[in-house]
Amino acid sequence: MNALCFDTAARKAWMGLLARSSPARLGELLTDLPEHTVLRGPEVGAVMVRGRVGGTGQPFNLGEMTVTRCSVRLSDGAVGHAHVQGRDKAHARRAAVLDALLQTPAAAGYEAQVLTPLRQEETAARALRAAKAAATKVEFFTLVRGEDK
Amino acid sequence: MYVAVKGGEKAIDAAHAWLAEERRGDTSVAELSVAQIRQQLTLAVNRVMAEGSLYDPDLAALAIKQARGDLIEAIFLIRAYRTTLPRLGVSTPVETAQMAVCRRISATFKDLPGGQILGPTFDYTHRLLDFKLAAEGEVPAAPTAPAGQDAVPHVTTMLNRDGLIQTEAEGNATPPDLTREPMELPTSRPLRLQAITRGDEGFILSMAYSTQRGYGRTHAFVGELRIGTVAVEMDIPELGFSVEIGEVELTECETVNQFKGSKTEPPQFTRGYGLVFGQTERKAIAMSLVDRALRWKELGEDNTGAPAQDEEFVLMHADNIQATGFLEHIKLPHYVDFQAELELVRKLRREALAQAEAAE
Repeated sequence: MNALCFDTAARKAWMGLLARSSPARLGELLTDLPEHTVLRGPEVGAVMVRGRVGGTGQPFNLGEMTVTRCSVRLSDGAVGHAHVQGRDKAHARRAAVLDALLQTPAAAGYEAQVLTPLRQEETAARALRAAKAAATKVEFFTLVRGEDK
Repeated sequence: MYVAVKGGEKAIDAAHAWLAEERRGDTSVAELSVAQIRQQLTLAVNRVMAEGSLYDPDLAALAIKQARGDLIEAIFLIRAYRTTLPRLGVSTPVETAQMAVCRRISATFKDLPGGQILGPTFDYTHRLLDFKLAAEGEVPAAPTAPAGQDAVPHVTTMLNRDGLIQTEAEGNATPPDLTREPMELPTSRPLRLQAITRGDEGFILSMAYSTQRGYGRTHAFVGELRIGTVAVEMDIPELGFSVEIGEVELTECETVNQFKGSKTEPPQFTRGYGLVFGQTERKAIAMSLVDRALRWKELGEDNTGAPAQDEEFVLMHADNIQATGFLEHIKLPHYVDFQAELELVRKLRREALAQAEAAE
């Protein structure tokens, strides 16, 4: 097994990015998967999403969301896990393989090939949405009233 | 009484074949795709996800197509599918304070940090039919404006600074789950919120409306209504840390209600809470009103006997799948039950007639 060349914060970030990515886009960015053994799944299931009473209080069960999970091992021994939103098994498998690849010395290549475009596209999409919201922000102005004259 | 009866297979097969044909409609009209439903009937998709209690827009769109637009039938399909899924885990509670908002309004403060953001709302439209939509056409791009990086704090946090509003009890206790254990009365607030958020929108709306009209009057202001996306995070045991597994769109409503105070509490505002999957504004506002009305005991208020204060009445009748199941089962064969009733009525009539004759 290769030495670990990543930290947990970085891994959390790429796992989240891969989970949120569109399955089709991820498939375009990584067409061929390297040889790997599937350790678990891909399995479709549900995760109970919780909220908090009043946004800050006791947790309560809001409802479930579909999630697909998969774990793989590459030929060099690196193990990758994925929990991705939705029911796309190919998405979960691809995300798990990438999670493993990003722990190997080849990580920089995959970072540039997959993560960078995903991150840029997500940032752009979020910025556009925020900009549209900002355009609907109300600018109040006070009319001059009779008694003010 | 139930008796197994065979027969009708051919009639059922023919009925289902006709249903499929009717669902398709006139074949000279293009077939509707699931993607079109997901993209263009989004609010129907959101309602099916909220009441189906499963966040998956593609599945909800498919269910709407299969149900021919009957949303309660679509919710039924989603609930049935949900039961086939293994539970992979539970999320950490979503952080609605970190929501990427597309809409955020307050009816209590005009100027507030983060501002009033209208978002893609029906409000201020004239509710006149737009015949332009009957023709196909390009939609101009929505305007944009520079977005600030400012946080958009909850309005209740601001009221809280002055101690003018009741704070929510903090905690991390595992909440009860009505999809796992049958609901038992009396309930707790977490269980009530779960039941209401998946409850029928029409029912919750009517219950909320009844409180506004005076049946369990709570006089609510919309302190804040926000719609946007939040990240969903889950602890992954094999990793030993939590990761984001996706994001969901939510509507959150916090009402602020008058409260005269009680033996233990000074006069202050109290809160009602609504949180619903998708862009589901009417439901979230209604949920927060019903939540507040059901808190009368905890807040030491009078029970005026209003339906919205009666948790058994509200929670036992809020679920449209339970209601539909029990309501619609009466159309299924009850031949034997009815034979028994028929026998009984005939016997009573004979006896009544015999008595009348004897009296003459």
